[in-house]
Amino acid sequence: MSKDKFDYFIKGEKNNYEVIIGLEVHAQVSSNSKLFSGSATKFGAEPNSQVSLIDSAFPGMLPVINKECINQAIRTGLGLNAKINNNSVFDRKNYFYADLPQGYQISQYKNPIVGEGKVLLDMPYGSKEIGIERLHLEQDAGKSIHDMDPSNTYVDLNRSGIALMEIVSKPDLRSPEEVNAYIKKLRTIMRYLGTCDGNMQEGSLRADVNVSVRQVGDKKFGTRCEIKNVNSIKFMQMAIEYEANRQVELLDEGKKIEQETRLFDTKKNETRSMRSKEDAHDYRYFPDPDLLPLKIEQKLIDDLKKTLPELPDNKKERFMKDYGLNSYEANVLVSEKEISNYYEEVAKLSDKKLAATWMMGDLFAMLNDKGLNISKSPITAKNFAELVQSIKSGEISGRIAKEVFELMVESGDNAKKIIESKGMKQQSDPKELEKIINEILTKNKDKVEQYKSGKEKLFGFFVGQVMKQSGGKANPQLTNDILKKLLKG
Amino acid sequence: MSEIVKKNLSEIIDLIKKKEIKSEELANLYIDKVNKSKKLNSYITTCFEHTIQKSKEFDKKPNLNTLLPGVPLAVKDLFCTNGFKTTAGSKMLENFIPQYESTVTENLWKEGAILLGKLNCDEYAMGSSNETSYFGNVINPIAKDTVPGGSSGGSASALAADLTPATIGTDTGGSIRQPASFTGTVGLKPTYGLCSRWGIVAFASSLDQAGPMTKSVKDCSIMLEAMAGFDKKDSTSIEKKKENYSKNLKTDIKGLKIGIPKEYRVENMPKEIDELWNKGKSILKDLGADIIDISLPHTKYALPTYYIVAPAEASSNLARYDGVKYGYRSSKGNDLIEMYENTRSEGFGDEVKRRILIGTYVLSSGYYDAYYLKAQKVRQLIKKDFDENFGKVDAILTPSTPSSAFKIGEKTNDPISMYLNDIFTVPVNLAGLPAISVPAGLDKKGFPLGLQLIGKTLDEQNILNVAYAFEKNCNFKNEIKNWWL
Repeated sequence: MSKDKFDYFIKGEKNNYEVIIGLEVHAQVSSNSKLFSGSATKFGAEPNSQVSLIDSAFPGMLPVINKECINQAIRTGLGLNAKINNNSVFDRKNYFYADLPQGYQISQYKNPIVGEGKVLLDMPYGSKEIGIERLHLEQDAGKSIHDMDPSNTYVDLNRSGIALMEIVSKPDLRSPEEVNAYIKKLRTIMRYLGTCDGNMQEGSLRADVNVSVRQVGDKKFGTRCEIKNVNSIKFMQMAIEYEANRQVELLDEGKKIEQETRLFDTKKNETRSMRSKEDAHDYRYFPDPDLLPLKIEQKLIDDLKKTLPELPDNKKERFMKDYGLNSYEANVLVSEKEISNYYEEVAKLSDKKLAATWMMGDLFAMLNDKGLNISKSPITAKNFAELVQSIKSGEISGRIAKEVFELMVESGDNAKKIIESKGMKQQSDPKELEKIINEILTKNKDKVEQYKSGKEKLFGFFVGQVMKQSGGKANPQLTNDILKKLLKG
Repeated sequence: MSEIVKKNLSEIIDLIKKKEIKSEELANLYIDKVNKSKKLNSYITTCFEHTIQKSKEFDKKPNLNTLLPGVPLAVKDLFCTNGFKTTAGSKMLENFIPQYESTVTENLWKEGAILLGKLNCDEYAMGSSNETSYFGNVINPIAKDTVPGGSSGGSASALAADLTPATIGTDTGGSIRQPASFTGTVGLKPTYGLCSRWGIVAFASSLDQAGPMTKSVKDCSIMLEAMAGFDKKDSTSIEKKKENYSKNLKTDIKGLKIGIPKEYRVENMPKEIDELWNKGKSILKDLGADIIDISLPHTKYALPTYYIVAPAEASSNLARYDGVKYGYRSSKGNDLIEMYENTRSEGFGDEVKRRILIGTYVLSSGYYDAYYLKAQKVRQLIKKDFDENFGKVDAILTPSTPSSAFKIGEKTNDPISMYLNDIFTVPVNLAGLPAISVPAGLDKKGFPLGLQLIGKTLDEQNILNVAYAFEKNCNFKNEIKNWWL
């Protein structure tokens, strides 16, 4: 969080270059059935077990739009502060491939369901708005498996026909960091809405990355290259880094950048040309005559709007206002709906600020360590709140609290029970403490003399002795106060 | 040869209802004639075991409260039939057996009909003479060297030759009405969306429509009633209540306004057709209809528009026949692309390839606006022509075709003259309207000619009524001698 100024530039021989990035994110719609058929969409099913006659394009089969997918696209559009188009059209994108049974993909070309919108990013150097160009619905293709057999390709059509939302950003992104923030923000919004699970390992979220560079100060965009189908944020960042440097090198050599489609090789960490602009497919888009134009009543949009959950930007603002969190804390705690729910439950029962600190510290570290989602946390929100309150009330010290936390994770017991059974309660009785301190001072008269004659560093030694004597339970603040008083005397 | 097979569908239904004939006996009569009529090549597939078994089941427990009780029917081989080969007249689907039933045929079976076989047609319904079928051309029972029209040529031939009491076809640009006209039978193309397209091998999705082909207008109303209906599996299906076309059939057309579009009087049209058209006008006038001259100014653009829109959709619809999932796959080729190329080169016939090429071209980047987009705009103008005139008239009367049945091979090397056959029928498909072809007379060769009645959207009842009245007063008689037996 140290950078307070944007500084992602590629150094060329003479000039610094700015990197321009636009993303086409393919997000799988959360729905029980496919975009135009009743087939199931569960991940990891037996190959070709979720395929209908429509998905495999048998003669005479016709697509019928799945209304739930439409609603999900509208919800997502609303979550992106975008215009929902009352009229949109499904087009056919024609090309041949073994895992594309129809010989065309049903997509939306000229008239998408969702128009312009925007997404707000929180960058260390301030907040930044990324424009959304459009969102459209389309069918996914099947999967060709080339490595199961030396001479044959196998095709799994389970994915064939699954609904995807293609979310196209404006070329507003300027660094791999911003791409990271953008993808995470999109994912957060869609998870809040329940419109896409955002699971990148399962391919629910992938992106085509458009990269170009221009000299700092230039107004005109450079020629862009499109890196196809990158399926993790890390790979997107690596691909951008590589591609931007490649383009800068070319320009430095006085060469031109060719507009082309490239692939990112994750093993070699480089992008490679896939096809040039001249070889680009002619997809022969035209409106799908099997489907009528999609008309969306304003009432449906209004009704869906009413049922939207509180979205991360609003929730963040509320967290800052209601719970006194800073922007960074609020950001982290709204990053997932489940985290924000957990926090709100804890905050209701304990100190809001301290709860945030402890959640983002020990709780997240533990969950991370165990590879657990917060919904699977071994410590319930209620128990966690109790722990936070025990710290706040001075019943236990922060150091002891860490031990209690560990024990809570191990045993599943609540904080009170652990503190009591292990006698971990903080020693906060001034008389008891005074007794201990007096004993220590009597035992170390020489050190007291040295302290009084100016060797104030010895204060720490006395504190240490008190802690040792009390088994770490002495209230540190109280110990300090009493020690100071008695050493003066 | 039994005289029963010559009867109209409605007469046959009466016989069954009166228990004067059993379904099995009826089936055997047709099977017998089909077996003796192979020369016509109207059937691609027969399924007589199934027919007999089903008719026996019917006879055991006859349900007479259906529209087509125990009636054996053959259907165009473009309708997918569960468990029975569905070829679309193509090598590509030579051995394709669907595991599902098209909605339209399913509706027929629900009304008591029994599948007799699958009827020849132009490959993927692309043709006007049934000469593009991979399974060979079909002969018109009218005369042994003539085509039955197309693409529902097998359906028309089988019907006219009494090899099925009624049948169904599909009509994308005239594929029901033109063969009906060529064989002296009745053919109706319903309003786009009245009959479900689910399970019909697609040619051009925005134009394709299934419809009945019968020996009489009354039969036509019965068949339409059985076929039609909303289907949620077809997004372009129209949601409306079922109509009782046969019950509501009437001959009173007094006061109806019949439009005569001047643009349908084309150059080089045989005099006989013009005379027949006049005969039609006077019959309707005598029945009390008002004959009104109208203009459909964009008619001349209909054919070029059609031959952009239909191939464009076809080029995309036929992309699925790639050898990967089902159907023909070439054994030659070293990689995926070569497999595609060889499969499609070997699996498709010339006419299909021609249309795929045209369609691919008109959708290509740089040509889309000049061809496809413009064609869509012209299509709207053609539709508007009809809409405006249907304020003034209730139905429109035109010839069905610019000629009677032509000789086999006469037009196969001249696609343009073949396409011109659709000149009177394509505007209706472009506008999505219903139209019926009724036999109206014979030319001097003794070949039948039909007249077409075009109706408003979902006004099938009205054109059926006009056709019914016309039929009763026209005294048309088909002169088919069973020369092939």
